[in-house]
Amino acid sequence: MAWINDARYRAVFYQVLAIAAVAALTWSMFATASANLAKQDIATGFGYLSRQAGFVISEAAIDYKPTDSVGRALLVGIANTVKVSLLAALFGTVVGFAVGIGRMSRNPLLQRLMLSYIELLRNVPLLLYLLFWYALIINVLPPVRSALTIGPHVYLSNSGLALPAFSLDGGWVMPLAALVAGLGMAFAVRRVSLRRRLATGRVNAGGWIALAVAVLPLAAVWLAGGLAVTWDIPEAGRFRITGGAQVRPEFVALLFGLALSVSATVAEIVRAGIQAVGKGQWEAASALGLPRRRTMRLVVLPQAMRLMVPPLTNTYLTVFKNSSLAIAIGYPDLVMVSNTVMNQTGQAMETIAIFMAVYLGLSVAISLVMNWYNQRVALKER
Amino acid sequence: MNKSLLSASAACALGLLGALAPAVSHADTLDTVKQRGKLICGVSLATPGFAAPDDKGRMGGFDADICRAVAAAVFGDGDKVDFVPTNINTRFQALQSGEIDVLSRQTTQTFSRDASLGLDFGPAVFYDGQGLMVPKDLGVSSAKELKDAAICTLPGTTTAQNLTDFFGAQGAKFEMVVFESPDENRAAFYSGRCQAISSDRSDLASIRAVANNPDDYVVLPETISKEPLAPAVRQNDSNWRDIVSWTAWMLMAAEEKGITQANVDEKLKSDDAEVQRMLGVTDDLGPMLKLDKAWGYNVVKAVGNYGEVFERNLGEKTKLGMTRGPNTQWNKGGLLYAPPFR
Repeated sequence: MAWINDARYRAVFYQVLAIAAVAALTWSMFATASANLAKQDIATGFGYLSRQAGFVISEAAIDYKPTDSVGRALLVGIANTVKVSLLAALFGTVVGFAVGIGRMSRNPLLQRLMLSYIELLRNVPLLLYLLFWYALIINVLPPVRSALTIGPHVYLSNSGLALPAFSLDGGWVMPLAALVAGLGMAFAVRRVSLRRRLATGRVNAGGWIALAVAVLPLAAVWLAGGLAVTWDIPEAGRFRITGGAQVRPEFVALLFGLALSVSATVAEIVRAGIQAVGKGQWEAASALGLPRRRTMRLVVLPQAMRLMVPPLTNTYLTVFKNSSLAIAIGYPDLVMVSNTVMNQTGQAMETIAIFMAVYLGLSVAISLVMNWYNQRVALKER
Repeated sequence: MNKSLLSASAACALGLLGALAPAVSHADTLDTVKQRGKLICGVSLATPGFAAPDDKGRMGGFDADICRAVAAAVFGDGDKVDFVPTNINTRFQALQSGEIDVLSRQTTQTFSRDASLGLDFGPAVFYDGQGLMVPKDLGVSSAKELKDAAICTLPGTTTAQNLTDFFGAQGAKFEMVVFESPDENRAAFYSGRCQAISSDRSDLASIRAVANNPDDYVVLPETISKEPLAPAVRQNDSNWRDIVSWTAWMLMAAEEKGITQANVDEKLKSDDAEVQRMLGVTDDLGPMLKLDKAWGYNVVKAVGNYGEVFERNLGEKTKLGMTRGPNTQWNKGGLLYAPPFR
């Protein structure tokens, strides 16, 4: 029985034991809960997902009508959550980088301005901001009957922004294919120009050529008449503006609140990342004759990037989870749809289990993507 | 050392399993309540007229008075009750888990709730229906005109489904804006974000009552659903359900027989045989439910009859200013019909 004293076997043994204990605990909780529910004649199981939902969702990122199933309604909630989180993360990151770099500026006015922007946003709970933005939108903008006309067929009111929407008669396939082809070619051009530049040390016009190449196929499709467009013009009805594309105040308030909160966090991460890059790097770049702006872009930021990725991952996870605050201002995210479902079916445990699983699953997915990116930008030891 | 650690963690795990094992107790609710010495009643968070603390901090309202009536039936004292504010989403779980003994919270009795949530309903104590309220200057006189309007609602109950059914039947579209919090819901409606707000008519009356100028708003005539609001108890406790049901019926029967909080002592000498049975002068109806003989007397003494409870909390002299509508005695064309006390 020598293996008992083998540390490797013992490690494995304890891990197996720990997993078994956790599994047994989970199973016993599940079994107890189902037994209790059955004893109290409370319906269990996920059968209700295929029942007809029967309620309207004001805003759906995927097609939905009240006759669809409860499962579909939950899917709409997931899609809405993903939509608003992705956009908030995107805008927040862009603004955050700009603010973070501005925070490092040598111009005192700009630097102080960015500092107060960050501190204002970081130090008030997000929920209050959401309620604030929402109250601002619905109380400052006029009601829909006296909507502001801010352009041809563009109306702004406290029911949201109504814009003309267009659909492509020939479908989206051709233009999308052209766009993808253009981007592919642009990347190839950029690679070649970069290699040539590394070889010769001379600046070339590769960037401009790449840009031209990117839009070329799309322009060709357009000229060939493949982009006939049908407009859907918003019209003022008796109560509301219908048709066209509608941007609802709930969505705007949520997106705005989330994106601003992300931007403040990202700005601080960017600042920390930049400051963590050694002073010697600036001095070396300066000695080589690089101006400050290019030093930042070509020398400092690429090195700061690898320091920023892990905290950025956390920020993205937070914005995704914070999107559930949507419930306070009436945006139909996953939690809100789940609440309506819970109320109609009474099956709270199952519904909560679903939305917890969704949040967990998507959070893990975000982490995986960010970890992959982290490995790419990490310092490669050779 | 490793061994002791191992056995300790195993013991820990087993202990956790053991702690989880005891099922929800199925003890007789009446015994539990008596042992505890007070009733625990689930009401809404703050709905003027139904359940809201007054300026002295005493819980008042129609639903709260139903709780008091049950407490009076059990203890002979209408104040032996603790009020637990319940959230619209977790109210049934609060009842199922035994956190509360009675749910008296503007809850509609529906088939699926009755059949799948492990609860039983008492008699409807308030016949409500979903309505719509609009600002007067919108110039709308019927809900059917609200085609394409944006309507604010709360996520819960059957509200969302009723609206979808109502407008779907007319082939009309509408936009539904759902809020979790009643305050946000009201604020969005007052600001004009929604052209209409929809909820049970009783709830609309209380939303209207708290508006800056209640006269600017009008409740439309259509009632688009049936909402019989009833107290609920846990399933499979017949005696407890009987106590709650007959307490509600006692309130209705007392009104029918003209017994009021003020004259209940005189009525003890009434010649009416049913009044005598109700108030426990003759026959032992109370002990059949394991209650005191004078339980009916106690109920009326504590809160008055149905009409008094209604007028005190919802009636035309209150801020809500509701008329009795269908909540009138059966012999006056209403729906209140208490079975005979014999």
